[in-house]
Amino acid sequence: MSIKISEAPYKERIGKGIDNDFMRQAVSSAQGRFRNGRLTQAEELGNWEDWRQLGEEIRSHTLENIDYYLYQLSEEVEKRGGNVFFAETAEEANTYIENVVKKKNAKKVVKTKSMVTEEIGLNKTLEEIGAEVVESDLGEWILQLDEDPPSHIVTPALHKNRQQIKNTFQDKKGYDKSDTPEELASFAREQLRQDFLTADVGITGCNFAIAESGSVTLVTNEGNAEMVTSLPDTQISVMGMERLVPTWEDMEVLVSLLTRAAVGQKLTSYITTITGTRLEEEIDGPDDYHLVIVDNGRSKILGTEFQSALHCIRCAACINVCPVYRHVGGHAYNSIYPGPIGAVLTPLLDGYEDHKELPYASSLCAACTEACPVKIPLHEQLIRHREIIVEEEKKSPASEKIMMKGFAQWASNPAAYKLSTKVARSALKPWTKEEYVENGPGPLKGWTDVRDFPAPGKQSFRSWWNKRQKGGEA
Amino acid sequence: MAIQNRDSFLSNLAANLGRPQRRESVSRPEYSVQPQHEVFKDYSAEELIGVLKEHCKVIHTDFVRTDKSDLQATLKRVLDGYEAASIIASNDKRNQEYGLDKAYEEFSKEVDVHIWDASLGKENQVIAERTDVGISFSDITLAESGTVALMTNKDNGRSISLMPKCYVAIIPKETIVPRMTQAAGKIHQDNEKGIAPPSSVCFVTGPSNSADIEMNLIVGVHGPVKVTYIVVD
Repeated sequence: MSIKISEAPYKERIGKGIDNDFMRQAVSSAQGRFRNGRLTQAEELGNWEDWRQLGEEIRSHTLENIDYYLYQLSEEVEKRGGNVFFAETAEEANTYIENVVKKKNAKKVVKTKSMVTEEIGLNKTLEEIGAEVVESDLGEWILQLDEDPPSHIVTPALHKNRQQIKNTFQDKKGYDKSDTPEELASFAREQLRQDFLTADVGITGCNFAIAESGSVTLVTNEGNAEMVTSLPDTQISVMGMERLVPTWEDMEVLVSLLTRAAVGQKLTSYITTITGTRLEEEIDGPDDYHLVIVDNGRSKILGTEFQSALHCIRCAACINVCPVYRHVGGHAYNSIYPGPIGAVLTPLLDGYEDHKELPYASSLCAACTEACPVKIPLHEQLIRHREIIVEEEKKSPASEKIMMKGFAQWASNPAAYKLSTKVARSALKPWTKEEYVENGPGPLKGWTDVRDFPAPGKQSFRSWWNKRQKGGEA
Repeated sequence: MAIQNRDSFLSNLAANLGRPQRRESVSRPEYSVQPQHEVFKDYSAEELIGVLKEHCKVIHTDFVRTDKSDLQATLKRVLDGYEAASIIASNDKRNQEYGLDKAYEEFSKEVDVHIWDASLGKENQVIAERTDVGISFSDITLAESGTVALMTNKDNGRSISLMPKCYVAIIPKETIVPRMTQAAGKIHQDNEKGIAPPSSVCFVTGPSNSADIEMNLIVGVHGPVKVTYIVVD
């Protein structure tokens, strides 16, 4: 998998999302709970705006000096016996990791949840050289067994119900118990425990790398990151280059923002902070440690008006308040990064060509900007994307171009305009039900696929005006 | 080659930022706000214990308070409650100070007791995996979130708090601080003084859990299913 998750066109993906009742219900209730959790935590602190301000200042300072802090990070990792590989592209990162796995003659690789490894398509690379790759986050494991992409960056299997999960476990792992979440999770515990114990290599993502000590912080609830970093002798951490903080003190503030904004917890069950290889006479932890720092398009965003998009700490608070995400779900964005931050980041990382619809998947209500714990002006960046697409790239969605072109020609010709406003009502009659057009033809289809359109009035404004002037009934 | 591709990678970043590459003389600015230091500021030790106790309810963790003289009996009750047939504990210097060395000796008459032994290598992990209860000391305890910070070393493996189904944290009263700010601050200050952090600092907050199936909270996934904190005066 790469950043894109399918080849299906935008409208088709949206249609699928809207038709999926379970998914929409699940997303809606998850959004409500996540949002309440965040608001409760914010209220309890009392000075949430100060926390956001601090978060923004830490992120700005770090990104402004990213070369300095990455240099320091790599020096410190080396001091603690680790190797550091700077990868400009996904291919470079994959090749390096592939070589480590080959060199170790590794049969089994066990992973923590990591968006950047999804982004670079690491699992596929490793499977191609014959390694068994096991995702150990419960949600990711479910999706891996079902070969399905994530639909949310915090709860990746949000779109699946327990019956589907039970069926997947039955088909792929011979599960024979009920569909209660407890029994399903207990089955995953048994199955994955064996994988942790027999894996040759552990691969983790990285929530925050700490430059001053060469440490990597992982924020989890299930305990799988502890397993992955404690048991295999070889460990590889993969980080997007911006997932960085100067010191432990900064890490602490951002973790406090992340766990509150993401899941409404003061801290998650595990904040695991690992530094280099295990020390002399220690038993748990790797004796061979690698940190892979990935650019993959991020550096192009530095120094641009979108730089603050790199401040993102992947909490999904913007996703959890987005009314568009609520209705179409994560897969409609065709990116492993959905929701408002996905609509901002995906075109920056992967180009406008395949993702030009994303900045339009927003009502610009600004709920995302207000929710962001590090104050990224998300809706303003979406507007900038639209401007760039329309003005510079001339890549606005085809339907919009045709409609706008047609509208210009039609509106500039008084006779045509007059005629069509007159006939619109009767012309649309076949599609009209109780004064609403439900399944409109031609250019109206794009609109009425997702919402109804009021049927044209019995008379046009012009004829109403003329009649009124003549003293007729209004 | 421990560090690869660094120069070209970093010079590209500096170029995009429109300035020469920075290798030194960057210091953190004085941030305009510092709300993290305000949380439970001026709380007494007793008040912080109150906060910790209250938050244990939220994180599905049993809270017990005792003193050194009663620690053995208290721990015994907790282990009995877990129907423990085997325990694994860190080989901590504090075991003696808190009378746990004698307690473990006493317990070993009824249950399997393994004290972490670096000389046994990976065997420690194998034992941890099949053991019912892990026991270790909290190095720093965060009242706000109900968190024990575990700093591992050769006598205190990560597996102790991770692999058994149940985990018991012994919390010396003086390890309790308001929140993560104080723990991170200490590690940061130590690092500045040249004392590098341990290979693993794990902030553990109650039992492992997940909400990945229909957003239902499941307590006990890969790590422990049950956790008890014993605060010792």
